[in-house]
Amino acid sequence: MQDNKLLRAFWLILILSFSVSAPCFAQSGADPKPLIDALAKADFSEAERLIGEIALTGDVRAVPALEAFSEGDLYVRKADGLVFIGKAGDDGLELIEPITGVSAGPAPKSALTKIKINNNLRRVISSAAGGLTLLSPDRSVRLSAANAVLSSPSAENLDLVETALAKETDPEVKARMTEARAVSVLSSDRSVDDKRDAIRTIKTIGGNDALSILSAVSGSIDASLKGDLDAALAALQSKQKLWDMAQNVWYGLSLGSVLLLAAIGLAITFGVMGIINMAHGEMVMLGAYSTFMVQDLIRDHAPGLFDWSLTIALPVAFLVTGAVGLVIERAVIRFLYGRPLETLLATWGVSLILQQTIRSIFGPTNQEVGNPSWMSGSFPVGGMTITWNRMWIIVFSLTIFFTLLVVMKKSAYGLSMRAVTQNRRMASSMGIRTPWVDALTFALGSGIAGIAGVALSQIDNVSPNLGQSYIIDSFMVVVFGGVGNLWGTLVGALSLGVLNKFLEPSVGAVLGKILVLVLIILFIQKRPRGLFALKGRAVEA
Amino acid sequence: MAFTAKLGGALLAAVMSTSALSSAYAADTIKVGVLHSLSGTMAISETTLKDVMLMLIEEQNKKGGLLGKKLEAVVVDPASDWPLFAEKARQLISKDKVAAVFGCWTSSSRKSVLPVFEELNSILFYPVQYEGEESSRNIFYTGAAPNQQAIPAVDYLAETEGVKRWVLEGTDYVYPQTTNKILKAYLMSKGVAESDILINYTPFGFSDWQTEVSKIKSFGSAGKKTAVVSTINGDANVPFYKELGNQGIKAKDIPVVAFSVGEEELAGLDTKPLVGHLAAWNYFQSVDAPVNAEFIKEWKAYTKNPKRVTNDPMEAAYIGFNAWVKAVEAAGTTDTDKVLDSIIGVSVPNLSGGYSTVMPNHHITKPVLIGEIQADGQFDIVQQTAQVVGDEWSDYLPDSKNLISDWRKPMACGNFNVASGKCGGKGM
Repeated sequence: MQDNKLLRAFWLILILSFSVSAPCFAQSGADPKPLIDALAKADFSEAERLIGEIALTGDVRAVPALEAFSEGDLYVRKADGLVFIGKAGDDGLELIEPITGVSAGPAPKSALTKIKINNNLRRVISSAAGGLTLLSPDRSVRLSAANAVLSSPSAENLDLVETALAKETDPEVKARMTEARAVSVLSSDRSVDDKRDAIRTIKTIGGNDALSILSAVSGSIDASLKGDLDAALAALQSKQKLWDMAQNVWYGLSLGSVLLLAAIGLAITFGVMGIINMAHGEMVMLGAYSTFMVQDLIRDHAPGLFDWSLTIALPVAFLVTGAVGLVIERAVIRFLYGRPLETLLATWGVSLILQQTIRSIFGPTNQEVGNPSWMSGSFPVGGMTITWNRMWIIVFSLTIFFTLLVVMKKSAYGLSMRAVTQNRRMASSMGIRTPWVDALTFALGSGIAGIAGVALSQIDNVSPNLGQSYIIDSFMVVVFGGVGNLWGTLVGALSLGVLNKFLEPSVGAVLGKILVLVLIILFIQKRPRGLFALKGRAVEA
Repeated sequence: MAFTAKLGGALLAAVMSTSALSSAYAADTIKVGVLHSLSGTMAISETTLKDVMLMLIEEQNKKGGLLGKKLEAVVVDPASDWPLFAEKARQLISKDKVAAVFGCWTSSSRKSVLPVFEELNSILFYPVQYEGEESSRNIFYTGAAPNQQAIPAVDYLAETEGVKRWVLEGTDYVYPQTTNKILKAYLMSKGVAESDILINYTPFGFSDWQTEVSKIKSFGSAGKKTAVVSTINGDANVPFYKELGNQGIKAKDIPVVAFSVGEEELAGLDTKPLVGHLAAWNYFQSVDAPVNAEFIKEWKAYTKNPKRVTNDPMEAAYIGFNAWVKAVEAAGTTDTDKVLDSIIGVSVPNLSGGYSTVMPNHHITKPVLIGEIQADGQFDIVQQTAQVVGDEWSDYLPDSKNLISDWRKPMACGNFNVASGKCGGKGM
């Protein structure tokens, strides 16, 4: 009975597919529908064969089904064994007929089985779908098709690429297709001259991609081409080496900016006020949790604002951590001025209390803080990749640094703060309310640590332990840069970052970190006051 | 001075308030120790296991307890501090007189308590995957040994994805180092050239992965299919995967298979850029088995949180607890020596729909599952093996390939050397 139905459906579709306008360059011309339905019972290797056959039909209408398969959206209906594309609907799944794209109504999840997909099949699909869509009327589809063929070269796609290339008019797509053609030529049985041209074309792609494509064929290539290939590889490698240097500098600056963010609040509480503040890391952690709270509220109430969540979180984090800082200063630290050891122990105790409080409220597991779209992904600059989140963090930390500098140097509050730290009694006799300046300065340092937490939540875990991983580094930066000097913190952070990133590739991350510490110890022996030592009477006070 | 003392007191109280939940039951109970960190860096993973143990004990009590007595959990907090683990274990065994202890996560904590359990002759059930190369008379290893996780994962990548070049990326401590040593020996025995293996270590809690990820990228551009085998531990995983996603390394190009990343770890991550990366475990929440559906339902009800996920160490704790209950019932007593005899050969249901048996080497049998990360933070199982017996002494390391362990009498030896025919040598 069921077979009968299947057969009827099959004929119906066969007739339909003939009546629909025939694809431009059908190769086998077979109908892809039974092939797609056969996926229902196929294991991974059988599915790979079927996808190959679907690609051979040259039927563009199979592409949505293939893409859905790759996304894990292809289902088998348990009742009749037919294959459908399923999109998540209100309750259960909205079914769509593959090939025709006609809606087949909703169905509960329990009535369907998902067709399993793995990485290997995703690769095969991307190449097959790429081949099928090279002639699409949509420019962006053609471009991504060319990219797909480029990243998964196969000799079968060569004819398709050449047909498409002959018709292509858009310069960017054309360039990409030329590259894709070259890649496919290399793995085909074309003449040696064709392949030599191909090597030249691939060389122009540059970077790791070209290296990867060329070294993949280096074992199997014709002996007469070996020289060309090796020359191309050598040229690419030496170019890549230069870019790697630039990349290391960039990574160093990026690590430096993270160190700067973490240390800048401490540069105020420790550097300017002289408080050994072990709870500094927890202020960063509170800032990150504020971001989480803000994002959580936005997700529930105004999902459209998600890309603004970090901007909204900035003042929130500043106020929350600033207030906590104010309370800590009024309740604990003000009784301990001039007693550094007790301050150290007390603030360490505060840090444990804050950690455990957060752990009790939010639980010990990591909280998910999402990246807004403008902080995700990367863009290429020559032979290096720059990730958006790192770039924004560099911009952000420099902005905070210079804002803080202006506040310290140009505002009345900054003036009284410097006056109090330089000579408390004289400042007091000039009418400055020194206790309040102390409290506000500590709150400012804490608030800035909170802002740093907003940025760090984008690259690190948001867990109660977040702060601990930054506290040592922060002290290192402030001491290395010179206590009491903001410029020292900037230069210290960036140079430690770059030093670290240049050591890392050669000696590894573990040894690199140890070496940096050893170098700092040696440096402090030579210059006990750090890079930028304060001079004059303030030092003696 | 008085102020600091007061503050210290307050601090101590704050830390203590989260530990020691032992409630006063009637004298006639069987006490069970739960030794998991509830504060410090490991709290992130271990708190869940404490909750699972409390849930299992509560359920057992609903079923009428054990040997006609109620079970009573004694929870202590070793605070992610390895020496404190030994101290707390000693307290559980000598002072609280517990019948058995369920606990530890890191190998360092297990190594720290091992002499205590052997000296005081008590039983520890250890529920986490580990590096092997150990077998103690008093410890049962219900997590995966390397041959129950690492080796099948590597086989999967080599066979179905055709991987020829390997990056072994790990955190710098004993589990990744030993696992990578075993994997390297295994891969080379399969004909992989030494130049096609890159081993790299990073410190605990590492967060700046830019250089490492770009190193992986350039190692992967040698024209051979490359994969990353990750033994990165704990917190360092989130920034690692974020960097992978941001630098655009897709599972299609360079898949990453992880041994320490499960549903709990993914809960703090947006997994959309990670779809297709892999993990190898003996259990996934997505396992389609009635017993698993039941367990998930109970867990969500117990934690009163419909979003809570289950993971592999929870299954290991489940198997260990049930095996102990069955062994005690068979022995009719909680006496350590009798239970040690009766537990070998005990079979209990695992959550993947089969049975796990406690073997004479104090490891258990279980299937190996390979899963691909999905957009919803769950795993789609792409391969499931038959039952695999945990192998304590790796066959691929020269030091341990001749060693076997069998705690049944008359052999009763954790490191029997089959070449020399003697008990002893490396290890204990």
